[in-house]
Order: sequence, then C-alpha cells, then structure tokens
Amino acid sequence: MPAVSKGDGMRGLAVFISDIRNCKSKEAEIKRINKELANIRSKFKGDKALDGYSKKKYVCKLLFIFLLGHDIDFGHMEAVNLLSSNKYTEKQIGYLFISVLVNSNSELIRLINNAIKNDLSSRNPTFMCLALHCIANVGSREMAEAFAGEIPRILVAGDTMDSVKQSAALCLLRLYKTSPDLVLMGEWTSRVVHLLNDQHMGVVTAAISLITCLSQKNPDEFKTCVSLAVSRLSRIVSSASTDLQDYTYYFVPAPWLSCKLLRLLQCYPPPEDGAVKGRLVECLETILNKAQEPPKSKKVQHSNAKNAILFEAISLIIHYDSEPNLLVRACNQLGQFLQHRETNLRYLALESMCTLASSEFSHEAVKTHIETVINALKTERDVSVRQRAADLLYAMCDRSNSKQIVAEMLSYLETADYSIREEMVLKVAVLAEKYAVDYSWYVDTILNLIRIAGDYVSEEVWYRVIQIVINRDDVQGYAAKTVFEALQAPACHENMVKVGGYILGEFGNLIAGDPRSSPLVQFNLLHSKFHLCSVPTRALLLSAYIKFINLFPETKSTIQEVLRSDSQIRNSDVELQQRAVEYLKLSSIASTDVLATVLEEMPPFPERESSILAKLKKKKGPGAVSVNELEEGKREGGELNGGGERGDSSAIAGSNASTPSPSADLLGLRTGPPVTAAAPSAGSLLVDVFSEAGVNDDGFLRDLEPPTESSDSLLAEGPGDSDSAPPSVVSEDPATPLPESNELLNKFVCKNNGVLFENQLLQIGIKSEYRQNLGRMYLFYGNKTSVQFITFTTTVTCPGELQSQLNVQSKTVEPLIEGGAQVQQVINIECLTDFSEAPLLNIKFRYGGALQNLTLKLPVTINKFFQPTEMASHDFFQRWKQLSLPQQEAQKIFKANHAMDTEVLKAKLLGLGMALLENVDPNPENFVCAGVIQTKAQQVGSLLRLEPNAQAQMYRLTVRSSKDTVSKRLCELLAEQF
Amino acid sequence: MQFMLLFSRQGKLRLQKWYVPLSDKEKKKITRELVQTVLARKPKMCSFLEWRDLKIVYKRYASLYFCCAIEDQDNELITLEIIHRYVELLDKYFGSVCELDIIFNFEKAYFILDEFLLGGEAQETSKKNVLKAIEQADLLQENLDFQIRLLPGMISGLLTVESVAVSVPVALVINLIPSERGFILHVLSFWSLDQTKTKLI
Repeated sequence: MPAVSKGDGMRGLAVFISDIRNCKSKEAEIKRINKELANIRSKFKGDKALDGYSKKKYVCKLLFIFLLGHDIDFGHMEAVNLLSSNKYTEKQIGYLFISVLVNSNSELIRLINNAIKNDLSSRNPTFMCLALHCIANVGSREMAEAFAGEIPRILVAGDTMDSVKQSAALCLLRLYKTSPDLVLMGEWTSRVVHLLNDQHMGVVTAAISLITCLSQKNPDEFKTCVSLAVSRLSRIVSSASTDLQDYTYYFVPAPWLSCKLLRLLQCYPPPEDGAVKGRLVECLETILNKAQEPPKSKKVQHSNAKNAILFEAISLIIHYDSEPNLLVRACNQLGQFLQHRETNLRYLALESMCTLASSEFSHEAVKTHIETVINALKTERDVSVRQRAADLLYAMCDRSNSKQIVAEMLSYLETADYSIREEMVLKVAVLAEKYAVDYSWYVDTILNLIRIAGDYVSEEVWYRVIQIVINRDDVQGYAAKTVFEALQAPACHENMVKVGGYILGEFGNLIAGDPRSSPLVQFNLLHSKFHLCSVPTRALLLSAYIKFINLFPETKSTIQEVLRSDSQIRNSDVELQQRAVEYLKLSSIASTDVLATVLEEMPPFPERESSILAKLKKKKGPGAVSVNELEEGKREGGELNGGGERGDSSAIAGSNASTPSPSADLLGLRTGPPVTAAAPSAGSLLVDVFSEAGVNDDGFLRDLEPPTESSDSLLAEGPGDSDSAPPSVVSEDPATPLPESNELLNKFVCKNNGVLFENQLLQIGIKSEYRQNLGRMYLFYGNKTSVQFITFTTTVTCPGELQSQLNVQSKTVEPLIEGGAQVQQVINIECLTDFSEAPLLNIKFRYGGALQNLTLKLPVTINKFFQPTEMASHDFFQRWKQLSLPQQEAQKIFKANHAMDTEVLKAKLLGLGMALLENVDPNPENFVCAGVIQTKAQQVGSLLRLEPNAQAQMYRLTVRSSKDTVSKRLCELLAEQF
Repeated sequence: MQFMLLFSRQGKLRLQKWYVPLSDKEKKKITRELVQTVLARKPKMCSFLEWRDLKIVYKRYASLYFCCAIEDQDNELITLEIIHRYVELLDKYFGSVCELDIIFNFEKAYFILDEFLLGGEAQETSKKNVLKAIEQADLLQENLDFQIRLLPGMISGLLTVESVAVSVPVALVINLIPSERGFILHVLSFWSLDQTKTKLI
C-alpha cells in the first residue's frame, strides 16, 4: 500500500457527519440539518468571498444532506463554480455534486457544459476523465446535444490516453441510450469496431459495451465485429491464467471481457465464414471442457467467474440453436448444476434450462432431468428457487409427461407458498388444457385445482372450464357427473359451487336418469350451498334454477316456491331481488315454448385462445413464451373480456342486462349494482350501521313496490334491450341547480346529517353514512302542507365527468306524499375515483295542480370517503416531505367567517373525516390532520395543516395529497368552513 | 446495470448510484421496496431474485448489503463479482474497509465506483489500474495545510489501535454505534494491513 495521503479530509464535514450520527431521533436530526442548512446559506450569501476549500466543504455537506434523503434547493451555483477551480479536489467535488443532483435548470446546464467543454479540451487526462464521468452520470439530452459530436473524436484519436478512451466509450454509450438520434457514428464505425483489437484490455472492456449496444440497433453496420470478437475470445480462452496479469481474476482470465464478448456474439446469427465459426465452436467447447476441470481455487470468486463465462457461453449456444452436440453438452452441464451445493448455481441452472427446453435439439435432454426438478420443487428452501423449478416443469411439459407434471404441480400446490400459488394455478390450468387427450382428465384436473386451491382460482380459470365443457359434447355428461359428486363434499369452495351451478343448469339433464341424481336431488344439493355463498354466486344459482325449470318441468313448483320466499323476492340486494322477481314472473307467465327459447342451452363459444394463458403471460412471461404468442394472447384476452356479443345472444344474459358496465364479463355474473358486487361485505356492514341508527332497511324495502315493470319489459323487448340503469337514475343533461345549492352543499362538508333544504312546501332531511369507498344516503321528503303531493319523482344525475367518477344508484320513491307525511329514499354511492363536482338531485311534483321543479346538489363531497390515519410526528413530517411536488400542495389564506373557537375547529376537522393529530405541529395553535381517501380506483393519502392567526382573524390552510386534484378540491371545500 | 445500492442491516442507505434517469420520488420508492425485500431474505438464500422486470443481485459483506439491479439479458454471476471487485477496491483503498469509512468518506466511495463502473458498465476491471487512477488523483490535490484532518481508514484504525487516537476528537469515537465497529471485510491475507498509513498526520 503506497503511503499516499488519500484524504483531503474536511474536518467540518467529519464533525457534521458525526453530529448527525449522534442524533437520537429523527427530529433532532432534522433540527441539526436545518441548522447546518441555515449556516451554509448564510455563508454562501455572506459578503466575504469564500475560499475554495470552504466552498468545497459546504458543497460536500449539502451533498451529504441530500444523500440522507433531504431536499436541497440551493448550492448548485457554488458547485458549478467549483468546476472551474484549478484544484483537482475542488473540481472533483463540484462534479460529484452535479452528477448526483442533476438540475434541469437550463441556465445552469449551460454553465456546466461550459466547464465540461473546458476540461475536455484541457488535454489533462485526469480532468478529461472527470468531465466524461460527469456526462456519463448525468446523461441528459442537453449534454448529448453539446458533446455527442465531440466524444467519438476523442474515442478514436490516436493520441488519446487509454483511460480517457475507456471513459469516452462508456460516456458515448450512455448518451446513445438517452438520445440515439444525436449520436451518429457514421465515419467512426469501423475505427470503433477496431477498438476490439486494442492492446489495452481495459479499452476493449469498455469499448465492447458500446459496440454491443450499437450492434443491437444497427447490426449490419457493425457486423465486422463478429470475427474480431471471435478471435479476441479465442485468445483469452486459450491463454494461461497468468498471461493476462491483472486482468486475471482469481485464476480466470478476463472474465468480464469474456462475458461481454459472448454477449456481443448473441446479437448476431452464427458466423457464416467457416473458419470463424470453427474457431468459435472450438472456444465454446473449451469453455465447456474447462467446467469439467478441477477448480484452480477453492474461492467462490473463482467458480463464480468461471461459471459466469460458462452460462454466457450456454446462452450463446441456445441463441444459435443449431449445434445439437453443443446443446446436449450444455444441457448435461446444467444437469450437473441442478444438484450443486451452491444455491446460486441451482437457481441459474433451472433458469437456463427453461430456455433450453424450448429448443427441439435439447428438449428431450432437458426432460431426462424431470425427477431432479420435481425434487427441487419439493425440497428447495428458497422460494425463488422453487419458482424457477415450477417454471422449468412448465417449460419441459409435453404430451408424454404432462400427466406426471400436472399431478406433481397439483400436489405441490397443497403446500405451496402463497406468493406463487396463483401463478401455479394458472400454469396447471394451461397445461391441463394444452395436453388434454381426453377431456375427462381436464375436467378432473380443474376441479381438483378448485378443491385444493380454490381461493387462488381466478375467474379466468373457471370461465375457461365452462367454455370447454360447453364446446365439447363428449365431456358434458362426465362434467355434470363429476361436479355433482364434487358438490357432495360438506365443505366445498365457492368456485366449485359456481362451476357446479352453471354446469348442472346446462347439462343436469344428462345425469337426471340416475335416481341418485334426479332433478330434485340436484336442485336440493345446489340449494343447500346457496346460503353460504356470496351475492354473485347466488345470482348465478338463481339463473341455474330458472334453467332447471326449463330442463325439468317437475321442479317448477319447488323452485317457484324458493323464488317466492321473502328471502329471495324481498332480498335487500337489488340484483338478487330482481332476478328472483323476473325469474318467478318468467316461469309463471311464459309458455313452455317461450321458456324453452329463452332458456335454451348455451351455444358453443367461438374457439379462441385460453384467457388463462393470456393472464399467465401478463403475470410473468416465463422463458418458454415467445413474444409472438404473447401479443396474440393479449389480443385474445381483450376480445374475451370485452366480448359483449356473447352476452347479448345468450338467454340468461337477457335478464342480466341491467349491467351498467360495458366490460360485461363472460358469463354475465358481475351484474349486481356495483356497490354490492364490488364489496358485499362492506354493504352488509352498512346495513348494520343503519339498523343501529334506527333506520330499518327491511321496513323500507317492504314499502317498495316490487318492480314488476322491469320483468315485463324484459319479455316485451326481448333480452338485451332493457335499459342499463335502474329507473330513477338517468344521465341526461342536468338541470340547473338552485343558486343557493352551493351554500347548502358547504353545510354538509363536515357533517352527515341534517336538513338539506326547506321551503314553504317541502323539507328535505338527510342522513348519511360512509364506509371505505361506499356510501349510503337516506333522504326524507316531508310534505309541510295539508294537501297531497302527486306525481312526486326524484332524479339523481351525475353531470359531466362525474359520471365516470361516482356511481350513484337511487331507489324509486313513492309517487304520492300525503299532507303532513314523510317519505324516504335510499341512495347508494360508490366512489370510483376522486371527483370535484356534486351529483344533482332533481325533484318534481304537483302541488294543487302546479308543477314544482327544483334541483339541489347532493352533499357528496370527496372528504366523505376519508379514512382517518393516526400517525406519529415524524411519520407525519416524513410523509409531508414525500408529497413535495408543487402540484401536490394546495394552499389558501382566508379570513375567518366564524369565531375562532378551538373546540369548534376541532369538531369541524373531525367531521371532515381525517384524524386530528395531537402533538405533531411544534406550534400548539396549529392543527394537523391525516387521512386516506378511499376510492375504487386508488387510495389517496392526504395531509392537512391549518394555521389560525387570531390577531389577524385569518387562516392559512395547506393540503398535500398524492393527487393534485384532491388537494385542490379539499382546499376549496375547507376554505368555506371556518 | 440500472442501479447500485449500498445499505446497512438497519436499512440505512449508504451509497446509491443510478444509471437510468428516474425521478427522486421513484428512486426513494424503489430503494424503500428493495431494502425491505432484501433484508427480509434469509442468509442461505440465493443471491438473485426477480423484482419487477429486473433481476436483483445482492451480497452481504458484514453489516453492509451491496445490491445491483440488472436487466434480463445480463449475467448474474459476473454481476456478483462486480460487487466483489468493488468491495476489494474499497478494501484496498481504505485498508480493511468498514462501514464507517464509507459513511465518512462517501465521496471517495463514489469516486472509486466511477473509475470502476461508468454508465452501468465495467470500465476498468484491473484493480491496479483503478487504484492507480484514484491515487494519481489524490496526488494532484493541493498541499495539505496544518488542519487536523480525518483520513480515510483512520476511523477503523482508531478503534483497534487506540494509541493513534490522540489527535482525534474524543466525541467522535464515542459516537460510534457498536454494530458498526466490526470490520466489514475479512482482511484478505495477502494484503496485510499497513499500519503506517495512519501515521500521516
């Protein structure tokens, strides 16, 4: 070790760093940093000119503060000044600062570029390198514009120092990656390629990265590099471990360069020139041979470097895919690694074999390792290695071993890690379908899948089994029998009930001959699961029941009775209720012919690629999936999900046409009003809340007239035509709301209950409750007169873009309100994404012959979907800092409209829905709050700070949230409250 | 390579180098996620993992984790040795490097990295050549004035060779967190530690 003084240690910096490390808390650290920032600022602003050393020290401190994760908004100018210092260390710190804290400030970039230009032309190699490093680190377009022309010249000039050439090559690479249009190699191409022949190994190592990247984009222009690369590789591979001196790494000659050379060759097909090709094959064989030699060192670095080259060589062999001999040797080598004691090697061997499995020459050789791979799947302790094993099994699967592999994957699923279960399920489903010789095996496999890992079986999987069963007559009877048996299990997964319901509804007749599975037995079996299922499954079962009525007329009375029961026909869920009512009506008034037409067996699905495959590819493309296949998968997947044509033609879908969503799913199941379909549990929670509040949900429903008109219209208009929304929600052009409605809206920002509107005739009361992104609002319309209101109708509309932001469903209201009486209306609200407008409520009625018409704003504001978040002081400040983009913050300074009473303010802030955080703001007069807005699309975290100034009777309100529109809207809403 | 991160067992970031343009927010997010993921892994697990669409290669040296993100076609094993070579370079430069050396001389750690890797690619893999470049740069510096300055390597030296600690603020030694007192690297036997280097002041 030469005794050079390596530090130009800056004492002030060391003391500062140790101060920071000495801080006991985040607050203390922030305090210390703020003190230092103030100190540096004053030094920079001071009259006294700073000497270079001090400037360097302060810039370095700023850098340290930035690297701790704090924002730095000054000091750039001083750093730029350092660039033109003639003292190396000052220049160096200046460049480091610029490299780390890139600023797009154009004025500064000009100055920086100037300094770089000076250093590049200085002919001092150390300064030139510094400048090139800076360009490579920043890599901005401005720099490319300034230097992309100059650097190739430096790179190929005969008198350029080796170290400068190295930096220039990689600097150019970085610029090429950011601005390929500005880096024009043109005349330099051949001289750059010839750098591969350079005497200096370091120059070759750096230049080859540039050449590889350029070759990928312009293979023809650079194709002369192939023969040069082969001869260079050949020289390295055949050299003794000492020949290359310091480029030998743990007895392996030039491992980095070797890997890069092999990588470069993968940009091209096998060399056409026989001699070059022969030489290359020789190299590859030597590399494979070396793997069999005893190691020259026990150090892991030796084996890693050696194997890095080996794996890169195998990649090249796989890339060529033309040398059966080499492919098989590669496969055998990897086979050895499969049982190596190094986890890293086992992982890489599994990964590399995945690509080998897709080559026709080595597929069979890969298959011979099946037992080892299965064993790896069972015994590897690291989940990422097991994942690779599962990938490989998937890749090596073909007709000959599919049953074994699928069986092994299924049995592994029982104990598999949760993180990879869903992917495993998809893989099993794809393999089962792809290699199904007889479809009874396929059906068995999928049902097993549901039994073992029901929770991880996505919709695509069970949709697919239904598609296949419907499209293949030969398997329908077997499928009906198997699901019937599977459903006998006392506890079966809900997905099993879905498949069972659908298949028996279609093909139950095929097994009805057996008295053990007679129509009534089938029905009772299905119905015994009904009460345990979620709403979408129940909806599916109801459709299966109506299909039963068609298939087996003898079940009609039993099923009608079930449909007629209060739990169906008066179900609190709109979708279930509607289905029960419609199916009941359909079964009682339609003739057998009509019934048979409406409920006929589903026609075959158009043949298309499995939606599962598409999903699997989307999740993670395993090695075996080609890009081509992938794109196809995407297209097919899109078609499948968007395929409205299927639903329209199907009989069942007709009754489900209330689906508001254009992305009608395959089987028409997700048809309930989004509120319940999206979160049934949250829905029931709401009901509980309201019964506590004294509002009886059931009572309300009993007042509702059964919506028979909708089932009539279904028959009259035919399936698929009935309108897409419940009767009282329309999305036509909104009426103009009352002028005072904004004021009325503001009254309800911080409270949920109260009187929304009152005039001489009518009083409208409101009660509302919100959970997550769902809300329910009860409106009470009170007739203040002694005369009845007739043709009383209300309409809720979402004007403009609000339609896509809020989902508002209102139930119809009694058209007649007696004098002095009150009627109520329930409105369900689902917040899809953040919004700024309010829904409009239009009310029309006749009072003594005169038409009354008024429009109000419904007090649904974004803050209603707040969930309070408690957090400690430092968490708060950390998050506050994280939301530092200018658009994330909204601020308002406004005059107090009410007395500045602390308690009143607190109550209002609590009513807002955020958590009011105590002891967070250093100033006890200030209020800070935190909360998360729950929308279906995303969660928006928001922080708020309210600073009252009692003297001036003013407030300053600052809101920061992860979404700019939310900050703005919250600020607007709140500014009216205090 | 897309980026390299050095962080401690406590999850503190010690060095970050980004070779692709990302916003500060994105960088912080990636760092947070990755530190969490890597720290959660058990010692015997393999050094590679898939993360987003990148491959992560990491290795732990005493209290420090070195973590690189590479692209799909990049070579995992050679990246592992890139990490090792960088550690060797630090070790040779600082003389039995420890985490504290990197904290107090972070700028040097960046300079060494820039000599070794540029734009995410190996620039010079010869240890001799990299150190020569750094030492040449060190020689270029202005004459030292008579301020007491902390030298790289001294802090670790201080903890073992107490007699050297005379000229250093006592507070500094006391401040050290015990877990960081251990040396990062096993001292590679053929680079015997040159004790004289601490005598420069």
